[in-house]
Amino acid sequence: MIQPSKKIIWKLFVTMLYISAFTFGGGFVIITFMKRKFVDEFHWINEEEMLEMTALAQTAPGAIAVNAAILVGSKMAGIPGILAAVLGTAIPPFVILSVISLFYSLFITNPYIALVLKGMQAGVAAVILNVVCDLGSTVIKDHNRLNIILMAGAFVLTVFFNVNAILLIAVALIIGIASALFSNNKKHPDKKEVSK
Amino acid sequence: MIYLKLFLVFLQVGLFSVGGGYAAIPLIQAQVVDQYSWLSMNEFTDLLTIAEMTPGPIAINSATFVGIRIAGIGGALVATLGFLTPSLIIVSVLAYVYARYKALEGFRKALGRLRPVVVALIASAGISILRQVAFGTESISFTNADGISLLLFAAAFFVLRKFKSNPIAVMFCCGLGSLFFDTFIKMC
Repeated sequence: MIQPSKKIIWKLFVTMLYISAFTFGGGFVIITFMKRKFVDEFHWINEEEMLEMTALAQTAPGAIAVNAAILVGSKMAGIPGILAAVLGTAIPPFVILSVISLFYSLFITNPYIALVLKGMQAGVAAVILNVVCDLGSTVIKDHNRLNIILMAGAFVLTVFFNVNAILLIAVALIIGIASALFSNNKKHPDKKEVSK
Repeated sequence: MIYLKLFLVFLQVGLFSVGGGYAAIPLIQAQVVDQYSWLSMNEFTDLLTIAEMTPGPIAINSATFVGIRIAGIGGALVATLGFLTPSLIIVSVLAYVYARYKALEGFRKALGRLRPVVVALIASAGISILRQVAFGTESISFTNADGISLLLFAAAFFVLRKFKSNPIAVMFCCGLGSLFFDTFIKMC
């Protein structure tokens, strides 16, 4: 097995550090920049691999950006690669938010800042509900009845009955595994064989 | 010990945040605000606001910041580590399995049922925040409503839906709007 070069490990670390420190807008934006660096610039992975990694990163639990970093790091340099990529991703928030936290106690008592924060809270609510609308409409457009029922059901259960979020996720997982196994055993009548 | 508890809480959050960083939000709220009362809903919303405005993945930002507010730098370390651990283990395993068996399609089908549930959970978190914004800790009623905040919310939501504007810019404008309205009201 080839010894992963120290240069690659270092580059992994620095690249993720840079991306994480300067990318606003969350996981998917970070992945976009990861693609620009790792696919377009370094040619470490090709576009198809990047797409598969993105899917895998979304499928696994945790922040997508971190998962993607783990996958790229793993491919390029095994375990040291994973560590380098994850450290690079996690350090900027750590530093930045520590600094903010220092001043937080100071500026939270400032009445003007408090007003601005209160206003921004309204903004955050809007941002989150906007994301919900985007994601929700994707689910609806899929026209998968079970999914739509799951979404509506989970919504009712959590908002009106305070059902535990983790319980809902666990149930969804069980349903998912069951339906995946079920569809494997069942023939798909509307799948047509395309003759080549 | 708070550090151990924080670690376990965020370990759990990390394990069940499937489908993107926003999925972590309702889970963090459920533990940190509802279950352990380490933060009030107002504090939590503030932290979320700041996590949204700072660079980096929002889930990591939230974990780190909540950790700091609860138990200082040690708390931040422990919360972030807790959140990262499931990812580290599961994704590493998945990378290996996937390379060997290319079983991605099976995983995706099995996990496909999660997305609609996660969407509902995030919606629920969003509504909690909206409730916090509009009514604070008061009960929901017409007289308790914070009209300005609701107005800002409605405007922000409209702009985001209609023009797909940059969320950070929108949030920033809301902040300024709040200042503006307060000054304006005081002048009248």
